[in-house]
Amino acid sequence: MNAYILSLRDCFPALQQRVYGKPLVYLDNAATTQKPLPVLSLLAEMERGRNGNIHRAVHYLSAQCTELYESARKTICRFIGAEHEHEIIFTSGATAAINLVAFSFGEAFVKEGDVVLVGEAEHHSNILPWQLMCARKGARIRVLPIDDAGRLRIDLLPDLLDDGVRLVAVSHIGNVLGLVNPVKRVIEMAHERNIPVLIDGAQGVVHEHVNMLDLNCDFYVFSGHKLFGPTGTGILYGKEHWLEQMPPWQGGGDMIASVSFAGSTYASLPLKFEAGTPNFIGQSGLGAAIEFVSALDRGEVEAHLHLLTQKGMTLLQEVEGLTMFGTDADQKIPLFSFSVEGVHAADLATLLDKMGYAVRSGQMCAEPTLARFGQTSLLRASLAMYNTDEELECFVTALKKVISMLR
Amino acid sequence: MSIAEIQKQIEEEFSFFTDWMEKYEYLIELGKALAPFPEERKRPENLISGCQSRVWLAVDVRDGVVFFLADSDAVITKGIVSLLIRVFSGHTPQEILEADIAFIDQIGLKEHLSPTRANGLVSMIKQIKMYAVGLSVAGK
Repeated sequence: MNAYILSLRDCFPALQQRVYGKPLVYLDNAATTQKPLPVLSLLAEMERGRNGNIHRAVHYLSAQCTELYESARKTICRFIGAEHEHEIIFTSGATAAINLVAFSFGEAFVKEGDVVLVGEAEHHSNILPWQLMCARKGARIRVLPIDDAGRLRIDLLPDLLDDGVRLVAVSHIGNVLGLVNPVKRVIEMAHERNIPVLIDGAQGVVHEHVNMLDLNCDFYVFSGHKLFGPTGTGILYGKEHWLEQMPPWQGGGDMIASVSFAGSTYASLPLKFEAGTPNFIGQSGLGAAIEFVSALDRGEVEAHLHLLTQKGMTLLQEVEGLTMFGTDADQKIPLFSFSVEGVHAADLATLLDKMGYAVRSGQMCAEPTLARFGQTSLLRASLAMYNTDEELECFVTALKKVISMLR
Repeated sequence: MSIAEIQKQIEEEFSFFTDWMEKYEYLIELGKALAPFPEERKRPENLISGCQSRVWLAVDVRDGVVFFLADSDAVITKGIVSLLIRVFSGHTPQEILEADIAFIDQIGLKEHLSPTRANGLVSMIKQIKMYAVGLSVAGK
C-alpha cells in the first residue's frame, strides 16, 4: 500500500462508491477517467453561476469565464510544451480534433492519388476521419503494420514513405495494445521527407511526459475526459504554419473577423477553429485537471504506474489460457487486453461487473487491431495512477473465479 | 403452453435464486445446454452482430407454427437466447407478434436488453418479430 497513492485516491469521490453493494474497482480508465475534487468544484461553481458567454460581452461574468477559458489554454500550452498559445485549439475531444485536421488539412493539401499513412493498431477515430477525407479527395490509406508483439514496424517506413504520402497518423499509445510507439522516430523519418505527422495522444498524454518542441510532431490531439478532466473537452495542437494554411472546419460565431453576404474573413488562430460557443465550462475544467496532474509528484506517480505494469503483466500471464496482446514489456503501460481460451470476453466482463469490477470487453473501437490478431472480442483492464496494486491483485483473483464459473 | 404461461414459468424458476451468482450460473448452464446450431446455417444473413457478442438466428415453420434456432459466441448471451427461444418457439406468427416480453425484466436481466450492450439480443427480438410479420403476411 502506497501512502501517496492512497491520499491521491481521496481526491476522487467516484472511487469511493459501491456498485451492487460491492466496492467499485474501476479499471476502465482508457475509456474514461474519474475527476478529482478541484475539477468537480470548478465545474459546479461555473454551472451554478460563474457563467457568461466568453469573448463577446463586456459584463463581469463573461470576463470571468473568458479569463478561465484562456488561462486553461495557457495551462495546456505549458503542459504539453507548445511554443505558442494560439497553437492550442479547443475541441470536443480527440475525435473532433482528428476530424478537424482530416477536413482542413485535406482541403488544403490532399489531392487525388495522394496517400495517408495510418498505423495498423489505431482507434477507429484515427482511421475513419482519414477514410472520409480520402473518399472526398480521391486519396487512399496505406497501413503501417505492427509485428506480433504489437510494435510498429518502423523498419518498413523507408519504403512506405514515398512521394505520394501527404500525412502520417499514428497513436502515441494504442488503446488496445497499451504500448508506447516510437513516435519520435516516426516523426524524424517522415520529416526527412517533409511529410507532416499527426499523433493521436488520447492515451499517450496520460502516461507519457509530452513536449511538443521536443517531439516535433505537426499535430497532437487528446481528450480531456481521459486525463481526469470533463467529458466533451479536448485539444488539437497544431504547428502554427500548418494551422495558418488550413481553412476553417466549421463556420459560426467567434471564428470570424468580418461577415457579409458578399464574403467573410476569419479570425486569426486559435479562434479560426473554434466556431460557436465552445464548451468553456468544460475546457476551464480541463485546465483545472491539468493543473491537478501537474502538481502531482511525478516520480511517485511514474514509479507506481511502472509497478502496476510489471505486476499486471506477471499476474495476468500466470492465468491459465490467457493470451495478452501488446507484449513488449519495455514499452508497456498498465493497460492489458487479453483473451482467455474457451471463454468469451463479454461473459467475463458481465460477471466481473457483478463483482464490482469495471472493465471493457468487445472490439474496443479498434476492429482492425483485433482482426490483426484474429480476435473478435477482448477483455481490457486499463489502470490509472489512482488504482492500487491491491485492486490489481483482487482483479486477477476475481478473473480466475469467473473463468472457472464459465468453463 | 401460451407465450404468457411460459414466461410465468421462467419467472417462477428464477424466483428460487437468492443471489446474482446462482442466477448467472443457471444462465451459463442453459447456454451450454442449448441445442447445437447447425454449422451450415451459420450464414451471414443469420448473423446478428454486436460489439460485445454475436448471435445467430434461424427460423423453421412447420404446419403454421414457428420454431427458432439460435446460438451465440458468448455463453451468458446464449443462456438468455435459450430463454427467448423457449418463449417464442412453437407458436403462430400472430401469437409471436402479439407477445409482450416482460419476463426479462421480471427476472432482473433487463440490463442485457439495453441497446448500448450491443450483444445482439435486442436485435434478436426485433428479428424474431420481423420473421413473424413476414410469415403472417405470407400466410394471408
